[in-house]
Amino acid sequence: MKLQQNTRLALYSLLEFAAAPERQISAAEIAQKYAVSSHHLAKVLAELSRVGMVQSVRGVGGGYRFVGNARRLTLMDVISRFEDVLPAENVGSQQTPVGHALASVLSEIDEIARASMSSITLATMLRITERQQQGSR
Amino acid sequence: MSKIAVPRVPSKRLKSKLSATPPAPSTEPSAAALKIRPVRRADLDAVIEIDTMVTGLEKRAYWNSLYRRYADAVATGQHFLVAVRGDETIGFVIGEVRDWEFGAPPCGWVFAIDVHPQARLSGAATQLLKAICDNFRKAGVSKVRTMLARDNTLILSFFRSQGMMIGPFIPLELDLEP
Repeated sequence: MKLQQNTRLALYSLLEFAAAPERQISAAEIAQKYAVSSHHLAKVLAELSRVGMVQSVRGVGGGYRFVGNARRLTLMDVISRFEDVLPAENVGSQQTPVGHALASVLSEIDEIARASMSSITLATMLRITERQQQGSR
Repeated sequence: MSKIAVPRVPSKRLKSKLSATPPAPSTEPSAAALKIRPVRRADLDAVIEIDTMVTGLEKRAYWNSLYRRYADAVATGQHFLVAVRGDETIGFVIGEVRDWEFGAPPCGWVFAIDVHPQARLSGAATQLLKAICDNFRKAGVSKVRTMLARDNTLILSFFRSQGMMIGPFIPLELDLEP
């Protein structure tokens, strides 16, 4: 499953914020860590701020703070802000018997991906990160 | 460079997840400590009530059969545990060690777990799962598996929060023609 760059940046950012909810983290800090442009990241963070997942803090030492509920927000909640996650409609070639059969097989994979993303919260994702870090030590 | 999606108004469902305050349990947490123990006959009515509430189906004969097969069956790797607070049975977990099914070395399988809706968010399911996993460990297995409907987001989220990841099996099915 491939996610668009904006979606990945949104997930990286939210997980960084959710891992340290008491901290204000600047876009520049995240941009440097993930080797992306601050300008590009700012657009992603603006969207996350608009939907209420993060809050921008103005002034000296400003940045962003996580204001969501990490135990309830799922990866799909974030992904669906940046990507079209609705099942593909059967149009054109998919209306042929072969097209329809292939669409039904591909939809199996989509359904599993959707179920996975909808069941993993940011809090769970942080635990997965921690576990993998411990495993690699 | 991919475009940011056209702004949409956050849905009511999303808004409910944006509060930084976790939702409170449905009832006041009881002062009594939670105990996990093997099921007894007297627990069955409560187990059936929980299952009926969650599934909408009362399967009394099924649960009686399950009790006969799984109660006091630890020696054969079967476990039926309940979570009790005070004198109230508030949850259950059922599982067993299965050997070489689907080509897999012996592992523990959890095939039912639930907590009364009014007793959720108190760690009961976590303790139930931990208890049955402890039993699996004592039986000598080092892996636990489960299977559930992909639209059961609540239980999927729970298992995910406990560290479970998608396994190497793919469940398949076929409608049998009459």
